[in-house]
Amino acid sequence: MTASSSSRAIPFWRDVRVLTVLSQIVFVLLLALAAGFLYSNLSNAMRERGLVAGFDFLERESGFEIGESLIPYKPSDLYARAFLVGVLNTLLVSVIGIFFATILGVFTGIARLSSNWLVNRIAAVYIEIIRNTPLLVQLVFIYFGVFVKLPPVRDTLDFGGIVFANQRGVFLPRPVPSPTYDTWLSFVLFAIVGAFFLWLFLSRHPRYRYTFYPLTVPLAWFVILPLLGWFLVETAPLTLEIPERGRFNFTGGIALSPEFSALLSGLVIYTAAFIAEVVRGGLQSVRRGQIEAARAIGLTEAQVLYLIIFPQALRVIVPPLTSQYLNLAKNSSLAIAIGYPDLFNVGATIANQTGQPVPVIMLIMATYLTMSLTTSLLMNIYNTRVQVLEK
Amino acid sequence: MKKLAFVMTGLLLVALIVACAPAPTPAPTAAPPTKAPEATKAPAATVAPTKAAAPAAGGRLALVKGRGKLICGVNDALPGFSALDKATGQFSGFDADYCRAVAAAVFGDPKAVEFRPLNTGQRGPALQTGEIDVLIRNTTWTVSRDTTWGLFAPTTFYDGQGIMVPKKLGAKTLKDLKGATICVQSGTTTELNLTDQMRAAGVDFKPVVFADIDPTYAAYEQGRCDAVTSDKSQLAARRTVMKNPADHEILEVTMSKEPLGPVVPLGDDQWFNVVKWTVFATIQAEEFGVTSKNVDEMTKSTNPDIKRFLTDEGLAKNLGLAADWTVKVIKAVGNYGEIYDRNLGPNTPLNIPRGLNQIWTKGGLLYAPPYR
Repeated sequence: MTASSSSRAIPFWRDVRVLTVLSQIVFVLLLALAAGFLYSNLSNAMRERGLVAGFDFLERESGFEIGESLIPYKPSDLYARAFLVGVLNTLLVSVIGIFFATILGVFTGIARLSSNWLVNRIAAVYIEIIRNTPLLVQLVFIYFGVFVKLPPVRDTLDFGGIVFANQRGVFLPRPVPSPTYDTWLSFVLFAIVGAFFLWLFLSRHPRYRYTFYPLTVPLAWFVILPLLGWFLVETAPLTLEIPERGRFNFTGGIALSPEFSALLSGLVIYTAAFIAEVVRGGLQSVRRGQIEAARAIGLTEAQVLYLIIFPQALRVIVPPLTSQYLNLAKNSSLAIAIGYPDLFNVGATIANQTGQPVPVIMLIMATYLTMSLTTSLLMNIYNTRVQVLEK
Repeated sequence: MKKLAFVMTGLLLVALIVACAPAPTPAPTAAPPTKAPEATKAPAATVAPTKAAAPAAGGRLALVKGRGKLICGVNDALPGFSALDKATGQFSGFDADYCRAVAAAVFGDPKAVEFRPLNTGQRGPALQTGEIDVLIRNTTWTVSRDTTWGLFAPTTFYDGQGIMVPKKLGAKTLKDLKGATICVQSGTTTELNLTDQMRAAGVDFKPVVFADIDPTYAAYEQGRCDAVTSDKSQLAARRTVMKNPADHEILEVTMSKEPLGPVVPLGDDQWFNVVKWTVFATIQAEEFGVTSKNVDEMTKSTNPDIKRFLTDEGLAKNLGLAADWTVKVIKAVGNYGEIYDRNLGPNTPLNIPRGLNQIWTKGGLLYAPPYR
C-alpha cells in the first residue's frame, strides 16, 4: 500500500481512513451484485420461455377504446398514443389535484392554529381522520359511496340549470369564444403583462416593498382591466354552452366522469390533510419573539402574517410540500381501482394485450420518474428563491 | 485522503472487471491482497441464479411431484367456475374441478391443490414467471397468448362474448347501445372484442375499465354503466349473485368466439401432455359412458378401448403417470358431463345449456383423440 506511507506506524487494515473508503466500496459492490442478480434472474427466466423484451409493440395498433382522453384517440391508433392518453390523464388529475390540495391544505393548516375552538377542532378532526385511513379505502368509498350513488340520469340534480350531477358524472357549462373574443383577449394579455410589471416595480420600490401594495395593486389591475374590456366590446366575448340531456346522458359542456371526480376529490382531500400539517408546522416554527417584535414596531396583524410570518415559514414549508406534491402524483396510480384511465390503468391494459409486462412497467416507471424529477426541480428552484428572501 | 479513495476504487474496479471477464486472462495490474476475496465472490454470485432457475424450466412434472401439491391459478369470484363455497370454505366450480382433476392425475389425490386466486392482469405474468403450474381461470385461447403466456390445453368450455343490460333499458341489439357507457374488465379479450364489434357496427360507446371483477359488476349494478360485457357464461354466473337477477338480461348477440381452457407455462412438453390428456380423459370418459359411479366395474370391461383407457400401463408411463391415473381422475371429479352438471347444469343457479359443450357424437365440439 503506497498510500499508507503517511501513517507508517498503523497497518492499513486498522487505518480508519482506509476502512471508511473500503466499507463504502464493499457497499457499492454488494448493491451492484444485488442488481446484477435481479437482472440476470429476469433475463434468464424470459430467455428460457422464449420471450423477447422490446418496445416494438408501441408501433402496433392498440385496438382498445379509452373512456376519456384529452387528445383525439380512436382504437385504430398506436399503443404509443394510447400510452400518451394515459400520461395526459395522469398529468391532468395531478396538476388540478395539486392546485386544489394546496388551497385546501393552507386553509386547513391556518384553521388548525385558529383560536376559535370550533374551527380549530373541525380542522383537527378532519386531519386526523383523513391522515389515518388508507387512501385506497377512501377512494373506493368516495367512488362507490358518493359519485356512483348520485341519482340516475332521469333524476339528475340540477344546480340553477347550468351545473348538473348524476351517477354518470358532473356536467359544467363550457365557455365558447364569440367573434369579439380576440379583441377581449388583447385586454387580458395587457392585464397580465401590466400586472407583472406593476409587481416588479412595486416589490422593489423602497417605499412600498414592505406594504401590501405589491400584492394588491397588480391584482386589482389584473381583475379590473378584463372586466372593463368585457363591457367595452359589443357582444359578450364568451358564451356558455349549457349541457343538454341526450338518450343516455348529457351532451355538451364539460363532462367530468365519476371516476375522474372521485379520484380528484380523493387525492385533494387526502393530500390536503398532510399539507395542512406541513403548513401548521411551518407557521409554528416562526419564533414568538419575531411576532412580538413585529407587533412592538406597530405592524397590524395582517402585516405580521404577510411580512413576518409567511416569509420565514415558507422556508420550512416548501421542502416537505414538494414531497406531498410528489405523493399526490404517484398516488394517482390508485385510479386503477376505480376505473379512471390514468397512466397505470392504460399501461396495465397494454401490458396484458401485448404480453409484454416488463417493458411496459419500465416505461411506466420512467414516466413517473420524469414527472417527479421535474416537479422536484421546479420546487427546488422555488425553494432557493424562498431561502434567499429569508436572509 | 481523496487520492487514496480514488486509487483504491480504481484498483478494485479493475480487479472486478478482470474477475468477471468471460476468458480469464492474467491481470496486468498487480492485485493487492485486499481485493482478492471480492474478486472470487463476484463470479460465484452471478452463476448462482442460472442454477436456481434451471429446475423451473424443464421437468415441471418432477417439480410438482416433489412439491407434493399442484399450484393452480384460478378466479376467486366467478360462481359456477371457481369461487369460494360459503358452506365448505373450499374452492368449487367447473374450473376448480379441473384443477382437482390434474391433481388426481398426478398424485391420485384431488385435494393436493393449492388454489392461487389471480385477477385478469396477474394471470399472464404468473404463467410467464412459472409461479403457477397451470392456469385454469376462464382464459380465452388466442394466438398471442399461446405464444407469449403459455400453451393452451384443449378447450374445456366453448363460450362467446355477450352483453348484459337492465331489462328496463329496452335494448335488443348493439345498435340500441349507441352512446352507452359499458363496464368491462381490463386485460381481457372482451375488452378488445367490444371495441372491434362496436367499430364494425359503427356505434360509439364509452368504456369504463376496472382491474378486478367485483368493481366491474358493482359499477354496473349501481347504474354507473348502461351495460356490462364479458363471456356469456360469466354474465350468467355474475347475474346469479345480483340483487335482482330477473332485472337483467343477456342480449342474443354473440360478439366473439371465446374458447376457455387450461394453460401451462411455455417450454415443457411433458407437463403440457399431462394437463392436455387430463382434459381429454374427462371427455373420453363421457363418450365411453364411464362415470365416477361405474368406473370400478368399467375397468373389467370387455371393450378393449375402455379397458385400455382405464388400465394401460405403457401409455400412462409415457405420460409420466401411474397406470390407473384415469380411474383416479374419474373417481375424483367424474367425467366431463358430471363436472358440467354439478357446476353449470340444470340443477344449479346458472343453468347454462350444454350447447357447443356437448360430446361430438351428440352434436357438440368436444372431441378427444384416440387413447392408444
